[in-house]
Amino acid sequence: MNIVVLAKLVPDLVEELEIDDSGIALDMTWLRLIINELDDHAIEEAILLKERTGANVTVLAPDIEGVDDILFTAAAKGADRLIKIVGDYESGVNNLGLARVLTPVIKDLQPDLILAGVEAHEDLDGSIGPLLAGYLDLPFIGYVASIELEEGKATATKEYPGGLSAEMEVALPVVLGIQVADEPPRYVAVSKVRQAMKTAEIEELEAGDFDLSGGPTIDRMYQPEVGESATIIDGSLDDIADSLIGIFKELGVQ
Amino acid sequence: MNKDILVVIEHIRGEVADISYMMIAAARQLAETTEGEVLAVLMGSGVENLAGNLAADKVIYFEDPQLADFTSSTYQQTLEILISEVNPRAVILGHTSIGMEVASLLSAKSDLPLVSTCLSFSGENGLIKFTSQLYGGKILAEGLIPEPIALLTMVPGGYKPEDGQSSTPPLVTTAAPPQFTDLQISIKQYIEPETGDVDITLQPLLIAVGRGIQLEDNIEIAEELAEAIGGVVCASRPVVDQGWLPTSRLVGKSGYRVKPKVYLALGISGAPEHTEGIAGSETIIAINTDPAAPIFNIAKYGVVEDIFDLVPLLTEKIEES
Ligand SMILES: Cc1cc2nc3c(=O)[nH]c(=O)nc-3n(C[C@@H](O)[C@H](O)[C@H](O)COP(=O)(O)OP(=O)(O)OC[C@H]3O[C@@H](n4cnc5c(N)ncnc54)[C@H](O)[C@@H]3O)c2cc1C
Ligand SMILES: Cc1cc2nc3c(=O)[nH]c(=O)nc-3n(C[C@H](O)[C@H](O)[C@H](O)COP(=O)(O)OP(=O)(O)OC[C@H]3O[C@@H](n4cnc5c(N)ncnc54)[C@H](O)[C@@H]3O)c2cc1C
Repeated sequence: MNIVVLAKLVPDLVEELEIDDSGIALDMTWLRLIINELDDHAIEEAILLKERTGANVTVLAPDIEGVDDILFTAAAKGADRLIKIVGDYESGVNNLGLARVLTPVIKDLQPDLILAGVEAHEDLDGSIGPLLAGYLDLPFIGYVASIELEEGKATATKEYPGGLSAEMEVALPVVLGIQVADEPPRYVAVSKVRQAMKTAEIEELEAGDFDLSGGPTIDRMYQPEVGESATIIDGSLDDIADSLIGIFKELGVQ
Repeated sequence: MNKDILVVIEHIRGEVADISYMMIAAARQLAETTEGEVLAVLMGSGVENLAGNLAADKVIYFEDPQLADFTSSTYQQTLEILISEVNPRAVILGHTSIGMEVASLLSAKSDLPLVSTCLSFSGENGLIKFTSQLYGGKILAEGLIPEPIALLTMVPGGYKPEDGQSSTPPLVTTAAPPQFTDLQISIKQYIEPETGDVDITLQPLLIAVGRGIQLEDNIEIAEELAEAIGGVVCASRPVVDQGWLPTSRLVGKSGYRVKPKVYLALGISGAPEHTEGIAGSETIIAINTDPAAPIFNIAKYGVVEDIFDLVPLLTEKIEES
């Protein structure tokens, strides 16, 4: 059983985001990048499946600054093979471009199961998982919260709104978009990641030229006005607590 | 030049999802600029009645037992053929666990451009534009909707469901889907939502905890406040994913839509997937250390403080009074 997991780095939303001089892209200068949270869940799900079935796990990631960290962290968690796709990401690569480059790479790896976070908060031209499934001519199930593997097939639990979910059976190979792993992504000690840096190897593959055609073009990027509607209550903690109690009373909930 | 706007109606287990009406409302606006018609596509088995209140010019209803339950493959194959026959200017799908994957599959398989997470649209002189919500709602991006045919996935927030509903039933044409090929996905069963001890959709006062709560043990400070004031604790997704609170307490896109008198958000950033579940609240009050947190965009009252400093004090004062 071969599992390929896709992971990428995205801006950390905890940090302030700024738009660059072009007015159509984020200013990357001070941006902190972290692993897409849902990709982290995809890696966790792959490792859990490895622990249950002995599968072999390959993590595949575009070579964006910080990629070595996320790959070595995946190795420390139990990933067997690490591959980064080297290329010119400077001016931005859309998901269509990335999917086109990943398609032959994934074909070569002959996986039974391909996992990716079901979306990333920077996607503007669709999500990488179903785009890849389209190019690879494989079935896709997204918003997956749990996976069981059996000979030649997988059972995936797909989430719908309101806490409803559906158990779907699908023949392998399949691409699954992960919403959440069966267990929260595990913590790995920094010492284990350091260890992985010494023992694990990151293979490099050349992306070549990206074909970005078909993706939308952005003419303007801006931040919605923040704090437009909220009345900010300030003062000492005491004053704030009193004001809040006043508001609760006024609204009839206390 | 293509003119018509196709809307893919989402429904699950006999109910049309609200996003479908919002998409119709958006399509009506776009069709004014393109001078085309709004065509709704409904796929299912025995659900023709769901077309009744759609404010579309026409409904194309694909009836087939294999469309009874959603799978991305059957929807994609049906739409692929329909799009090639109708040649619409745009196809609107929900940015949801149904629409998003169908749109991406179609984009790759039919080589159609896709713009995702569209919040609203605008049009002038025949040109139509998208405004998309990126980076957890912190950034908006605008651009022209690619020609000649574009796929669009839409998030809630820009249009009201009422504007996509009509009391006059639309014209419904029933059609057969194509001969499906290579279907690999089958539904085994639905798993019902876990029923909790309380129904958060019926509560007048909700104390919601987000990732700002940091540790499972800290949920206690919210529980104590809830107990003092007579409210119920609910949560954002990361807290539920950690297993700290059950799914029955989850608010948002994948959880419940709540409509309390007061929604008090503690350490919640206000990501769009969360806020879509709280839009029906009468008053939202947010406590967050980050003054730029998007939650302050929809809150009536905001406090920029550390919840660990403020909440215990608030509880104490309420207990005293
Ligand atoms: C909802 C939520 C989501 C979070 N998501 C992330 C995230 O995506 N990335 C992130 O980095 N942090 C995250 N954190 C913050 C962090 O506090 C996690 O709780 C932490 O990573 C522990 O995760 P766990 O509960 O899986 O591990 P636990 O089951 O609590 O811990 C597993 C083992 O690791 C040890 N351990 C846990 N944390 C540490 C630590 N910081 N230093 C040393 N040993 C430790 C524990 O003692 C235990 O032995 C999140 C916190 C919350 C509340
Ligand atoms: C398909 C899909 C469906 C989803 N469905 C849902 C859903 O149903 N519900 C949902 O909630 N999310 C959902 N999400 C996740 C959503 O995108 C966000 O990741 C999530 O809502 C963030 O939760 P949060 O605000 O608690 O955490 P964060 O975004 O991490 O925000 C934590 C906030 O706490 C603040 N904070 C930190 N410490 C303190 C402190 N001491 N005092 C005060 N404030 C503090 C920070 O400033 C920050 O604003 C979904 C995502 C996807 C992709």
